[in-house]
Amino acid sequence: MKFIEDIFAKVRPNFEKGGKWEKFFYIYEAHETLFLAPNSTTGAKGAQIKDAIDMKRMMMTVIIAMIPCLLFGIWNAGHQHYLAIGQVADLASEILLGATLVVPILIVSYSVGLGIEFTFATIRKHEVNEGFLVTGMLIPLVMPPTIPLWQVGLATAFAVIIGKEAFGGTGMNILNVALTARAFLYFAYPSQISGDVWSYLGSEQAVAGFSGATPLAIGAAAVEGNQSMLSMMGDMWSEGLYSFNSLFMGIIPGSIGETSTLMCLIGAAILIITGVGSWKIITSVFAGAFVMATICNLLGANEYMLLPAHYHLVIGGLAFGAVFMASDPVTATQTETGKWIYGFLIGMLTIIIRVFNPAYPEGIMLAILLMNVFAPLIDYYVVAANKKRRLKRATV
Amino acid sequence: MSQNIKLKKGFDINLAGKAEKKIGELPPAETYAIKPTDFVGMSRPKLLVKEGDNVKAGTPIMIDKLVEDVMYSSPVSGEIAEVVRGAKRKILEIRILADKEVSFESFDKHDDVKGVSKEAAIEQMTKGGVWPNIIQRPFGVVADPNDSPKNIFVSALDTHPLAPDMNYILEGQKKYFDAGISILSKLTEGTVHVNMDVKDSSDLFKSTEAQVNTVSGPHPAGNVGVQIHHLAPINKGEVSWTVHPYGVAQIGKLFLEGKYDASKVIALAGSEVKAPQYYKTYSGAAINKLIDGTIKDGYVRYISGNVLTGNQINSTGYLGFYHNQLTVIPEGDYYELFGWILPTTNRLSFHRAFGLLSFLGGKKKEFVLDTNNRGQHRAFVQTGAFEKVTPMDILPTYLLKAILAEDFDDMEGLGIYEVIEEDLALCEFIDVSKNDVQAILREGLDLVKNS
Repeated sequence: MKFIEDIFAKVRPNFEKGGKWEKFFYIYEAHETLFLAPNSTTGAKGAQIKDAIDMKRMMMTVIIAMIPCLLFGIWNAGHQHYLAIGQVADLASEILLGATLVVPILIVSYSVGLGIEFTFATIRKHEVNEGFLVTGMLIPLVMPPTIPLWQVGLATAFAVIIGKEAFGGTGMNILNVALTARAFLYFAYPSQISGDVWSYLGSEQAVAGFSGATPLAIGAAAVEGNQSMLSMMGDMWSEGLYSFNSLFMGIIPGSIGETSTLMCLIGAAILIITGVGSWKIITSVFAGAFVMATICNLLGANEYMLLPAHYHLVIGGLAFGAVFMASDPVTATQTETGKWIYGFLIGMLTIIIRVFNPAYPEGIMLAILLMNVFAPLIDYYVVAANKKRRLKRATV
Repeated sequence: MSQNIKLKKGFDINLAGKAEKKIGELPPAETYAIKPTDFVGMSRPKLLVKEGDNVKAGTPIMIDKLVEDVMYSSPVSGEIAEVVRGAKRKILEIRILADKEVSFESFDKHDDVKGVSKEAAIEQMTKGGVWPNIIQRPFGVVADPNDSPKNIFVSALDTHPLAPDMNYILEGQKKYFDAGISILSKLTEGTVHVNMDVKDSSDLFKSTEAQVNTVSGPHPAGNVGVQIHHLAPINKGEVSWTVHPYGVAQIGKLFLEGKYDASKVIALAGSEVKAPQYYKTYSGAAINKLIDGTIKDGYVRYISGNVLTGNQINSTGYLGFYHNQLTVIPEGDYYELFGWILPTTNRLSFHRAFGLLSFLGGKKKEFVLDTNNRGQHRAFVQTGAFEKVTPMDILPTYLLKAILAEDFDDMEGLGIYEVIEEDLALCEFIDVSKNDVQAILREGLDLVKNS
């Protein structure tokens, strides 16, 4: 392994001060630190030893937590295709097709995003942050498998430049970057990210009676037609497509990585056990959604509101949003009390948006973005309470 | 009204190389040094001696021009060998070449310390070299004799990594400790608190003139700042004092024996020490004799103090005034292939992110840690971790951000008066973003102090 060290040692002088590629030092450094953990030591004063964790490892843990969702999403994208065209395919060809759909989206997202990160790091002369490693994976997971690749690239560029770098880079952004990408597409190119986009058909003909409607779209239809939503979901073109079990497992059309509540829960377990994600936020999003859905059940003003509360937890992107988006430490509340409030409100808002807003079927994205904006306000009051406690005991 | 403080938050860093409870034999150090830099906040040190002067143990060496009453005295007798200066003629070290036999300046002896008046006590303490043991909160600077502190706190347990056992380094000094407490109790209208480990069954610290409280929990439970927070928190405008038990005994000795005795038992500890144990020496001793033949071969770092709050010194350096241990750990300036992601069980981590399996060894497992930074500096991203190792009602992340923004109101509101570096040292250790937490905090303390 010494030879890798030697290679870097050989090219390093070119990038250091006075070297011919001095300007690109941080691009070089990003690559070097990917292979070699740096040799810097602690200062002469203060903590002389450091915890083994660093930002790279923390971000990598999040990526590992997303892998179940990604793998399942790849299979499901293929599976939904063959289901929709009425063919029976073996596992290998389902995965293969899924991979040809998903991998290009991944590549576009990472190459556009990292390209921008490198450019900004060079211009601003700071280290390349690891934040985009996570964002680059999140963006593909919230896209439909049919999304045009140029749109992925455009959305990624928008999200990274406007959503993050404009605020100062990783750690400074107000809005969740991946959701900014999705929101951008939703408002800029609505026809490619809503409607019949959730199952890839290709050049094939869909089976008779095929409908691309997701449970969330059925909700809106149920309100309009004043029909029981549960019976509409039971009465799909493919039998049992929207049974509770397959909703929980995620064998349904939808965004690549967010259909499976089970895989999200596996990811949640990884995040919580490793302590990287906040269990308070994750739990409180689910709790908030369940409480609000129960309240809706009791009010029962329309058919969507009558959908049993536990169904709300498995349809749409609620689980994915709760686990991977709401718990983003940068855009969430940062105080421990605030995390409970923040998560709970996201959960409640999601359900409110779902059942009251027919124009916007997916509630979680808007709920998280909205609460991103309010997170500093929640923190402000929690911090103010802390200050007040101190002020109370003061005598002068 | 003794109290029990039970703390849950915190983290014990279990390092290899604990000092065994025996006193090793080594030739005494030849030179000793007083370093103005040891005394936080000392801005204008003024020398009272010249190179070549002869001094006794207890002879004043320097003063701080801002608090002229307090003498900083020579720990041993001998000749002022050298005054080492740095940039802008800043005094870095005053080196003393020690006599073979230490002779002492004589001060008043008191058989009954209870009869000493407050004024006489302050006078003798400031002249007799023991005053710098008294640290003022807020700010963690040497106390001003003109202040009247709300309370005085003594933490009789040290939970820092590889910290010396207080009972051991003060063995046989109960009468001096008691006398010291007696003197201290004259200096405050309030209470003298002595806080000891709940598991500590010795009666060394069980003083009658102080309120004896017990503390339990992981580090930083032994930090006096944490204990103050739970016993009588410091508000704006208030002053409390803290004294290390060694300092209490030294104060007691000044009054009972009439001499400034800077002898101390220190722990030589750390994974790179061949046989970690205790040694007798004097405050400010050169470490060269101490490390001669006792350290394993290899590239090591010498730390005066502990690995969380201590200072790096080189092999010809001197122990700090407040330090009771010398820690020796490996240097870590090496590259490591995929070091940021390889699973590991022998790198200690408070976190459990992917591959950090140090928790598998249980709480007893000892770790050999080096000085590698383990990553690069980043923006604040992770939240909630600092709060888990700070057993106080304080929001460290917000406090640090307030300091970085130089927001005085927020710094005050968020409790900067209650903490000094050591209280947030664990935050610095566990920080994913590798911020210099202690340096940032000191910056904030300086801002508030000088505003």
